[in-house]
Amino acid sequence: MLVGVLALQGDVGEHLAALADLGVRARGVRRPEDLPGLDALILPGGESTTMSVLLESSGLAEPLRKELDGGLPAFGTCAGMILMATSVSGGRPDQRTYGAVDIGVRRNGFGRQLASFESDLDVPVLEGGPLHAVFIRAPLVDRVGEDVDVLATIEHPAAYDGSVVPVLCRQGPVLVSAFHPELTADRRLHALFLSMIEERGR
Amino acid sequence: MDEQRTATTRVKRGLAEMLRGGVIMDVVTPEQARIAEDAGAVAVMALERVPADIRAQGGVARMSDPSLIEGIKQAVTIPVMAKARIGHFAEAQVLEALEVDYVDESEVLTPADEAHHIDKWAFRVPFVCGATNLGEALRRISEGAAMIRSKGEAGTGNIVEAVRHLRSILGDIRAVGQADSAERYGWAKRLAAPVDLVAEVADTGRLPVPLFCAGGIATPADTALVMQLGAEAVFVGSGIFKSEDPARRARAIVEATTHFEDAEIVAKVSRGLGAPMPGLETAALDQRMAERGW
Repeated sequence: MLVGVLALQGDVGEHLAALADLGVRARGVRRPEDLPGLDALILPGGESTTMSVLLESSGLAEPLRKELDGGLPAFGTCAGMILMATSVSGGRPDQRTYGAVDIGVRRNGFGRQLASFESDLDVPVLEGGPLHAVFIRAPLVDRVGEDVDVLATIEHPAAYDGSVVPVLCRQGPVLVSAFHPELTADRRLHALFLSMIEERGR
Repeated sequence: MDEQRTATTRVKRGLAEMLRGGVIMDVVTPEQARIAEDAGAVAVMALERVPADIRAQGGVARMSDPSLIEGIKQAVTIPVMAKARIGHFAEAQVLEALEVDYVDESEVLTPADEAHHIDKWAFRVPFVCGATNLGEALRRISEGAAMIRSKGEAGTGNIVEAVRHLRSILGDIRAVGQADSAERYGWAKRLAAPVDLVAEVADTGRLPVPLFCAGGIATPADTALVMQLGAEAVFVGSGIFKSEDPARRARAIVEATTHFEDAEIVAKVSRGLGAPMPGLETAALDQRMAERGW
């Protein structure tokens, strides 16, 4: 198995380290020629506007769309979630989104850096107790399509319905989190993603 | 649901980690901030005068007017940083009240305290500080800095000082890694830094916080140089908006920071950028900003 990590900008190294811990071969993806042969792609945390600019200038934008349309498994964390969403508000009008998971997100919807937080999450699909999650200027999911499975939520005053916010979602072979599993030593979410890749392989 | 904790060390360092591989640009107006964001900047540093102008005009350089910082915050969606004077914790309190995303305790401004830096643990907002060597970097981290940048020699368009600082910090990190357990105490003494931080660097082979480059970056090749030396992201001060075509140069530096190991791309983006900022020979300077801070 070979997993790519989109390496245009962001915390690429943490995802590569997580994959190394799980014994998976990985490579950074910066140019179109880095895409062929991948079994899956991780889109890291970082600034989604920057990645959007670099997707265009690197020539990756359209080849990546074709791969996603063809069912390439993908895991987007924070900025990666924004790129995988259907729509984004509070961003820039020219910001690229792939619509691989039918959610709407509000950029920095939890607030600025002073509102960044960490918290334990209940994730029923993961065995072994709560998952510690780090949210950095995180996107806020404010719409969830019918085909999307919500795997975890949190209570937060910024919630659009006044109670809970989806923070971990899955649609088909694509997983997205508003938080950064790569910033903690717990590898269960990366392992879940690897099991999704294997599922698709069969 | 369990408690949600804000302003933790993990969260403060986390934002710095998200800026990796990116370019943080100095801007003095909301319009410049928009040009920076359009070009793909990961963050902007809001200030009244870029370092080249501070150097040329002289006088005491202070924190920016809050209305300027607020105007820039409203203009962009990316993180906004602002500078406080070394040791001026009241300026830092004001910047925290303005909800900037990062405070730069900066030698580019005139220092307010000749002996003490700000106690950064006392703040909820994260701090970045400059360093010229490993001891200085570890002292700033011991005071609570969540990101370290080289000092370089701001406002010169001359990369030589930033290279000196990066080589010193990264060279000493490699050397500390070779030290046995007894020698780590000697290193702590020589670096004038806490032994627990020296031990952490020796064990991990890196600083406990991200290391970025600042000071003197003016071209795409400059950013490719410092990224290959081991910087994890770059600050560009006067180098963009003191050049002939800021929008193009900004975009070129962003692309070169991502593709720093790919000389063909660095060559492609370097073509026809117009004149860079003029630049200064550091030996001829009256004021060495990098010598501020202790």
